[in-house]
Amino acid sequence: MFFIYLRRELRRRMRQAILIALGLALGIGLVITVTAASAGVKNSQATVLHSLYGVGTDVTVTRPAPRGTSPATAFGFKQEIRAVRSGQIAAGTKININDLANSQYGTLSAGSVATVARQHDVKAAVGALTLTDVTVTGTVPALSSGSGSFSSSFSTTSFTVEGVDTADTSLGSLSSARLTSGHGLTAADADSDVALLDSGYASQNKLTTGATIDVGGTNFTVAGIVAAPQGGSPPDVYIPLAKAQAIGKTGSASLKNEVNTIDVAATSAANIATVQAEIARVLPGTTVTDQDDLANEVTGSVTSTASLANDLGKWLSVLVLIAAFAVASLLTMAAVARRVREFGTLKALGWRSSRIVAQVLGESVAIGLLGGAAGIGLGYLGATLIDKLAPKLSATIGAVNSASVSGGSGAGGALKALAGSPHTVSVSLTAPVTLTAILLAVVLAVAGGLVAGSFGGWRAARLRPAAALARVE
Amino acid sequence: MYKLSSVAKTYWKGRTAVAAIQGLDLVIEDGEWLAIQGPTGHGKSTLLNILGGLDRPTSGTVEFGGTDLGRLREAAVTRVRARSIGFIFQTFNLIPTLSAAENVEAALVPLGFRPAGRRARAEEALAAVGLGDRLRHLPSELSGGQQQRVAIARALVKEPKVLLADEPTGNLDEGTRDDIIDLLDNLWRSSGLTMVLITHDSAVAERAQRVGQMRNGKLTIAQPRLREPS
Repeated sequence: MFFIYLRRELRRRMRQAILIALGLALGIGLVITVTAASAGVKNSQATVLHSLYGVGTDVTVTRPAPRGTSPATAFGFKQEIRAVRSGQIAAGTKININDLANSQYGTLSAGSVATVARQHDVKAAVGALTLTDVTVTGTVPALSSGSGSFSSSFSTTSFTVEGVDTADTSLGSLSSARLTSGHGLTAADADSDVALLDSGYASQNKLTTGATIDVGGTNFTVAGIVAAPQGGSPPDVYIPLAKAQAIGKTGSASLKNEVNTIDVAATSAANIATVQAEIARVLPGTTVTDQDDLANEVTGSVTSTASLANDLGKWLSVLVLIAAFAVASLLTMAAVARRVREFGTLKALGWRSSRIVAQVLGESVAIGLLGGAAGIGLGYLGATLIDKLAPKLSATIGAVNSASVSGGSGAGGALKALAGSPHTVSVSLTAPVTLTAILLAVVLAVAGGLVAGSFGGWRAARLRPAAALARVE
Repeated sequence: MYKLSSVAKTYWKGRTAVAAIQGLDLVIEDGEWLAIQGPTGHGKSTLLNILGGLDRPTSGTVEFGGTDLGRLREAAVTRVRARSIGFIFQTFNLIPTLSAAENVEAALVPLGFRPAGRRARAEEALAAVGLGDRLRHLPSELSGGQQQRVAIARALVKEPKVLLADEPTGNLDEGTRDDIIDLLDNLWRSSGLTMVLITHDSAVAERAQRVGQMRNGKLTIAQPRLREPS
């Protein structure tokens, strides 16, 4: 009888039921769309962060570059200039200088990596060297032509190089890269002249697996090509850390047993702050950066969209839901008011108030579920529209603290992929509708029905049978 | 069946007290058919509501089968209504969305009958009032007389001890009125239930064993006629 009565009643006031369901559907659909958009923006942010930071890395440790360190310029070239000026190199001499330089960060000893790894809440720590390969070529001009034309007589090319610990590539920038051809670096490659190339760099320079590339004057065989996640700004070349330490220099100083980045994984996400504190204690003077710090360095439409989804979207959803609940409640109460004699008759037949309230609640929850189903459909529609129509989001990384990256403070460590300059990447916004969002919709639909039905049910329960039967309709 | 002692019912309309029933004493025997007549607004329906446990007296006692309905908790009064009292209303009060059979079944819902049992008894009751072929019809698809027959079937399907009817023929034409009264008369005679019927219509009232006149909240009952159910 409960379901027969419920079905017939809903059919009787179909227009009103549809109106209530549509109101709830609008609110629920908006909640799903906003939730999906928020998840999409988070995914986009995560894509940007992972591409910079590496999957699994919770914290990076760097030391600010010493004051007065110039941007990546071949140290050898400076020496050449001095030699030309002192007359040791004659005009017309061809010059080809290739340096693998560390100019972005200060160095940390390899022992620092072990020190970090020993900390209580650290799961793993891996050292890396972020370097720049700078090549200067040209012909020495006559000195009388002035310094301006002296510099313009040479051309400079550069690419970024990352020395990675081949024994553990689960952390750092290589962790998020996907091997597209050849093979990756393994522990056995630690002392080999093998390199991985970023797919973008390889394509740009028409390099394939098996090719040879000159890094800091040493020829490396390309073992494989890797693709970084969308929106990333990965190093152009990955070589074994030991080789980077052997070839790379800070000024004229060797980088043997040195790293300039330590990627750290915490034992759990809850311990990241503790890990930061532990590292700051054992390695004073270093910059310890987590993903939140890095997220603060990301600007552009990806962050404004996140704010829009999180603030405006959330409150708009809440307001629409409240309005929908209120309309549903008022219409349900109005429907109960029109059925006073009906409920009075049922009470005269011996129906308990609780049974009548359950009937009203059942009708409201059924309408709520219809609204929830329609809301899920609307939510999917909204999410699909976002997928189809949303413009690509831009993420500018390092603009906020770009000065401090090279200047030696701020979140420089996390921005190792940026080669010291603000960098804008483009990411697609997708709005994934998750199971959680659908469950949320069902909960909201039932809640909406219960709220509306409670008001109506309360009114029905309070009816005195004699008064209800006396009601003139 | 009923013993009412010094029953009074006062309503408040704003700050004005309206005495719907005043100092009413009444005994209704088992199996009796009592008709109550009187002008509109003189307390007839209030008395019927009190007899049916739909309202409580302001003072006095309403004994039903030895139990004072006025002192019972609401849930207990609801149980009494569900098991022992059938109602018929002037406006039929059928649930518009339910079919004739479902309307009758609605009276069995509080008694915990299984659906199949409910349906069988409802069909039987409708057949007894001559509507065996109208089971699936909605109230809107039935005439006034047929709707009142459905209401009678609904009132009697649970085999109550008492049938309370408030102007059961008030909305019917003369021919249909006679049919309904004949039906009630036959049912009363065959089932032995106690019947209290409110009516303005003397042609209906004269079918009862006793006729009371309700004026200004006071009931005057004429001498009973010697008319017994068969």
